[in-house]
Amino acid sequence: MPGPSGDEPMKIVMAIIKPFKLEEVRDALTAIGVHGLTVTEVKGYGRQKGHTEIYRGAEYAVSFLPKIKIEVAVASDQVDKTIDAITSAAKTGQIGDGKIFVINLDHAVRIRTGEADAAAL
Amino acid sequence: MTFKRPTSAGWAILAIGALCAVGFADAALAQTAAPAAPAAADAASTAAPAAAAAVPNKGDTAWMLVSSALVLMMSIPGLALFYGGLVRTKNMASVLTQVFAIVAMVGVVWTLYGYSLAFGDGGSMTPYIGGLGKALMKGIDANSTAATFSNGVVIPELAYFVFQMTFAMITPALIVGAFAERIKFSAVMLFILLWVTIVYFPIAHWVWYIPAPDDVAAAAKALAAAADGAAKTAAQAKLDEVTSGAGWLAGAGALDFAGGTVVHINAGIAGLVGALIIGKRVGYGKELMAPHSLTMTMIGASLLWVGWFGFNAGSNLESNGVTALAFVNTMVATAGAALSWLLTEWIVKGKPSLLGICSGAVAGLVAVTPASGFAGPIGALVLGLIVSPICLFFVSTVKNALGYDDALDVFGVHCIGGIVGALGTGILVNPALGGVGITDYTNITGNNAGAYDLAGQMISQCKAVLATLIWSGVGSAILYKLVDIIVGLRPSVEEEREGLDISDHGERAYNM
Repeated sequence: MPGPSGDEPMKIVMAIIKPFKLEEVRDALTAIGVHGLTVTEVKGYGRQKGHTEIYRGAEYAVSFLPKIKIEVAVASDQVDKTIDAITSAAKTGQIGDGKIFVINLDHAVRIRTGEADAAAL
Repeated sequence: MTFKRPTSAGWAILAIGALCAVGFADAALAQTAAPAAPAAADAASTAAPAAAAAVPNKGDTAWMLVSSALVLMMSIPGLALFYGGLVRTKNMASVLTQVFAIVAMVGVVWTLYGYSLAFGDGGSMTPYIGGLGKALMKGIDANSTAATFSNGVVIPELAYFVFQMTFAMITPALIVGAFAERIKFSAVMLFILLWVTIVYFPIAHWVWYIPAPDDVAAAAKALAAAADGAAKTAAQAKLDEVTSGAGWLAGAGALDFAGGTVVHINAGIAGLVGALIIGKRVGYGKELMAPHSLTMTMIGASLLWVGWFGFNAGSNLESNGVTALAFVNTMVATAGAALSWLLTEWIVKGKPSLLGICSGAVAGLVAVTPASGFAGPIGALVLGLIVSPICLFFVSTVKNALGYDDALDVFGVHCIGGIVGALGTGILVNPALGGVGITDYTNITGNNAGAYDLAGQMISQCKAVLATLIWSGVGSAILYKLVDIIVGLRPSVEEEREGLDISDHGERAYNM
């Protein structure tokens, strides 16, 4: 069994980024040898304020803004490099650049071959 | 899969439909006389032996048939997309189905008895309703003709029949925007069936039914020519007789070129009453109810604009200079209104919006409808520029202040825009303002232009507006209550939350 947090061989790096930064982040990750990435269109809010939409007389405060969530599974020793790559590629310096979360990953399997864990990444 | 028996609501609709059909069939069969003699033939016989029966012009006929198709395009897909884009995804198929089904149902009803009630001779009741003399299209064939605004000019009655049918189709379809997203489909269908029968057909008759304008002209000519004494009295009696055959608002001198009163005020007030009786959508004012596709709404608004050339210019019933005037007025008023809504919103709300310019275009089309053949182009432009800020005020400030949920602003755009247009028509018809003057069938030597009297004309216009508001408002309220008792107006809260696409129609507009 894997030990306590920090000892697992793999991590999921999850990042919420601005949608138009996706291609730059992907390029940065490819450059450091990350070979796979899952992308989801999400909505949420943080410190960035929403906006107001007006349809004839109806005004709606839209506080959930569209973002992109990316998830990358990497070996633990790759985590810092991955975080650096995402940070430098996704940063604009404005409020709303997003966040990065790192989560322990217990197990991984490549469906086609049955390879497991690090070999499956 | 199991086969589900029709619901009790379904049976109720079938029963009512069958009763109506039987009742009207009996009535139609009882009409052994043939009252459907073409108006022009009457006119010709009155004026005989001056002229042979008028023959429809091929250009007029072609234009009326094209116009009819254009007005159909306004309903489907125009209005359906305009409305559909404004609702949430889960109710898109519901709105499209409602509009399409109303068009189809009214097409059937119009053929069975609607045309007769609206444009037939009602005997002693003729100022108010048309009777059943033309039910089941009795006496209407390829040779029968309908009078136009020009003395001695006729079009095939079938062309008039189908042109007017498209108006009867779109008017009730306009109403559904007011209670969109929260009414059962069965309730919509039953309500519209009753509404066209009891509200629309009579009002169309009041405003538009002039049995034989050529007779009026001929009688007036005879009166002028009559020497004195008995001859004059007889001629006057004849004139009174032919003029008394018109719908009461037409007889009162109310001007409504293409249906500002009959179509827009009528549908608008029925919509408001519906929104009030049915109540607000679940979550109204708390949840996001933004339009799901302004792209669809823009396509719909554009189709409405194009189709409206058939609606307004077609309402001249001929293809001539006044047709071109109505066409141009429809162009400039709409352009002005689209622009003025955009600019007003830009100034007041801070941003120029697509929904704003589309709404402005529709408001302009509504306002110019009664004025299209009466105002001059500059008058129409002014009307267009004025109507949008007024409608915007109603759909934003007034609606929010009063708190009613007129979902797609049928009242704010169609009723208010229609009233602005109806009253504006009374002013802009003035020749001094570039208008064409009052159409007066007794004044055949002066290009049908009668004397203009501002006060008198505005009284007539107000009379038509108030009569429509009252008849349609009260009539609709009664019909909504009746439908609520028979089939129920609202779906359950769960069904409404799930969306009418699934709960009413068992399908989704989008499977993506």
